[in-house]
Amino acid sequence: MTGLRKRYGATLALDGMSFSVRPGLVTGFVGPNGAGKSTTMRVILGLDAVEEGTALIGGRPYLGLRRPLNHVGSLLDAAALHPGRSGRNHLLWLAHAQGLAARRVDEVIELVGLTSAARRRAGGYSLGMRQRLGIAAALLGDPPNIMLDEPFNGMDPDGIIWMRGFLRSLAAAGRAVLVSSHLMSEVQDTADHLVVVGRGKVIADAGVAELIAAVSAGRVTLRTTAVTHAMSVLAQAGATVAAIGRDTVAVSGLPADRIVTLLNASAVPFSEVSAHRATLEDVYLELTREAVEFRAATPSEVSR
Amino acid sequence: MTPAVTTRQPSQRAGHDGFLQSLHAEWTKFRTVAGWVTGMVVAALMVVLFAVLAGVSSDQKGAPPVPIGPGGEPVTDSFYFVHRPMAGNGSVTVSVSALTSSIPERPGDLRAGLVPWAKAGLIVKESTRQGSPYAAIMVTGGHGVRMQDNYVDDTAGLPGPVSAAAVRRLRLDRSGDAITGYASADGTHWIKVGAAHVSGLGATVQVGLFVASPPVVDGMGTRGSVSTATFGDLRVQESAAGGDWTGDQVGARSPSFAGYPANTSGSFSESGGRFTVTGAGDIAPAVRETLPTGGTLGEILTGTFAALVAVIVVGALFITTEYRENLIHVTLAAGPRRSRVLAAKAIVLGAVTFVAGLAGALVAGPLGERLARANGVYVFPVTPATQLRVALGTAALLAIASILALCVGVIVRHGAGAVTAVIVAVVLPYILTAVPFMPASVANWLARVTPAAAFAVQQTLVRYDQVASIYTPYNGYYPLAPWAGFAVLAGYAGVSLIVAAVLLRRRDA
Repeated sequence: MTGLRKRYGATLALDGMSFSVRPGLVTGFVGPNGAGKSTTMRVILGLDAVEEGTALIGGRPYLGLRRPLNHVGSLLDAAALHPGRSGRNHLLWLAHAQGLAARRVDEVIELVGLTSAARRRAGGYSLGMRQRLGIAAALLGDPPNIMLDEPFNGMDPDGIIWMRGFLRSLAAAGRAVLVSSHLMSEVQDTADHLVVVGRGKVIADAGVAELIAAVSAGRVTLRTTAVTHAMSVLAQAGATVAAIGRDTVAVSGLPADRIVTLLNASAVPFSEVSAHRATLEDVYLELTREAVEFRAATPSEVSR
Repeated sequence: MTPAVTTRQPSQRAGHDGFLQSLHAEWTKFRTVAGWVTGMVVAALMVVLFAVLAGVSSDQKGAPPVPIGPGGEPVTDSFYFVHRPMAGNGSVTVSVSALTSSIPERPGDLRAGLVPWAKAGLIVKESTRQGSPYAAIMVTGGHGVRMQDNYVDDTAGLPGPVSAAAVRRLRLDRSGDAITGYASADGTHWIKVGAAHVSGLGATVQVGLFVASPPVVDGMGTRGSVSTATFGDLRVQESAAGGDWTGDQVGARSPSFAGYPANTSGSFSESGGRFTVTGAGDIAPAVRETLPTGGTLGEILTGTFAALVAVIVVGALFITTEYRENLIHVTLAAGPRRSRVLAAKAIVLGAVTFVAGLAGALVAGPLGERLARANGVYVFPVTPATQLRVALGTAALLAIASILALCVGVIVRHGAGAVTAVIVAVVLPYILTAVPFMPASVANWLARVTPAAAFAVQQTLVRYDQVASIYTPYNGYYPLAPWAGFAVLAGYAGVSLIVAAVLLRRRDA
């Protein structure tokens, strides 16, 4: 995907979006609502045109694929069903569109565990069942690339656990899996690689471990019963401090041994000083802070 | 970054099997939504139901039989006949010096008026039986001298009206089945008007003078008329003496004869070789207006409009539900060649609608006719070819209308909007033309330029130039020929298909 650019009226939806998705990995595609995730996916599928840029699948544009579902399986919207058609028939017409046999339909139904409901009207499916049906549709052509837009939305905890395991197994089988989410927590245990987007462009494109390391760098977590005292002492010494819990303070700008010296000199009690271990949530917030389009007035760093 | 304009032009790699797959997919889509299948069944049943209602509700039991001409067509054969038998071959001549008509607005009102197809002249007829073969030469109120035979044939002769200053002399020769008509303005120069081959006349025919005066078109209805002609120099050349002249009203009791205006009646008088004959009625093919007890195949298929509503709804929903449910994304992701998807949808929808419509029409036509006939209704006869054309045309009309709805659905992407637009375009004009008091000019304009022109495929009646009548869709006469009317609808559908294809390709899904 290179330099995708698209406008809706005055809004620049995609502003030079470029990234690639590698086989064998689950790539998390994260960013706040309105960052351009769904638009990017629609562009990849040839549903939306772009003013600039190209999206290629295995080196070819989607519109040039003869049997596209054999190349990319996608789920953009689990609710995109005719409510009067059974789940099985929904898959059946898709299979016919690709010249696939009805046998393949029954295989994918079994794969996603929808056998018992497959012949019922899809209008009566729960959101979780629709997500499974959507996954089944994506797998129909046994494609090397899978692309899912917000697959965790509306899923119950059992479903989320199933989905995570399922996505990992798809990647383990050598597929390139792209999963979008606006919640980092949904992908943090699943993704190997992250593409973080905001305002129509890529903010970060790196492995999960690298990203955490980058954000964690130079930060120290301090556990103390005298939070206020500790913060004023360290701030005076030129550190950036932030309370992150009732008895925890994040410190950056000072090495750990200097912090210990300063606290001892001022007789501030503390129980632990450790290198800060950022979560993906922190990484995400750090990266998207500038990119969130409509954001509530941010509380000051100190009061966080 | 490699900036490049992305277009929707797919590669040419996909082959024919790709289109077959699209067709297969759209067929699977159609048949797996119970509502759409039901809609098509309902459409077929509507055609049958209305035919049954039309057949059952009509009751013409006890109506006098409709006279049938030698060609099998229903005819009007009611006129005043001053006749005598003529054996074998012979010739008859007469001069006509006056033909006056009146169109009374109330009883006793005998003001003069023009009846263009009032007829006075000579006739050779097998018998006074209605519908029997004949040939005649005549002067008319507004169309000059004519030679007519066997109800449907009409040949023009000397133009201009007849009067004391412009006497018309007429002659009919019989030689076996060959009847030749002549006219002369001066009694010496005879001009052959026409020659007719009339079979079934028999050895002895009835020959003589006749006067007919058909109803005249007056606004949105017709009014009865009566005409009187003055004849002289009546001569019959024959091998044997013929006998006396007798005056008879032919077809006094006939469904196609409205009778005389109040206080008038048919009559003849003779003094010094001058015959004055008064008559009403017509010798002509029957038209819908003159045969109120009759019915047509088109009327039996009235349910077409109800079926039309059903197939328009199904046709529009076939695409607009995809937009409503965002299913269009799945469809276009599976079939990125959008025009091909649209074509596949149109073909599947059209084929299903055609089959449903054909089934409905093939059952409804014969069933409705049988029921109507059992109730004494005279159904205008149609040839098997015409019957087939009506059935195929009705099915094609429904199929193309559903495709039109599909295309409008693509354009407006909204079910109710598409259904409303197409019903307004197709069904509304049809209903307006089916209103009896709609002026003929308006009705014919609607049946010419709107998609409802396609109802011409159900036309079974023939328009005759020699019969003045109200030729409107309400009476079963369409301004366009059957397939020409169908082409109007097909044109609308074709344009909408192109617009839909362009928009589908150009717009983001």
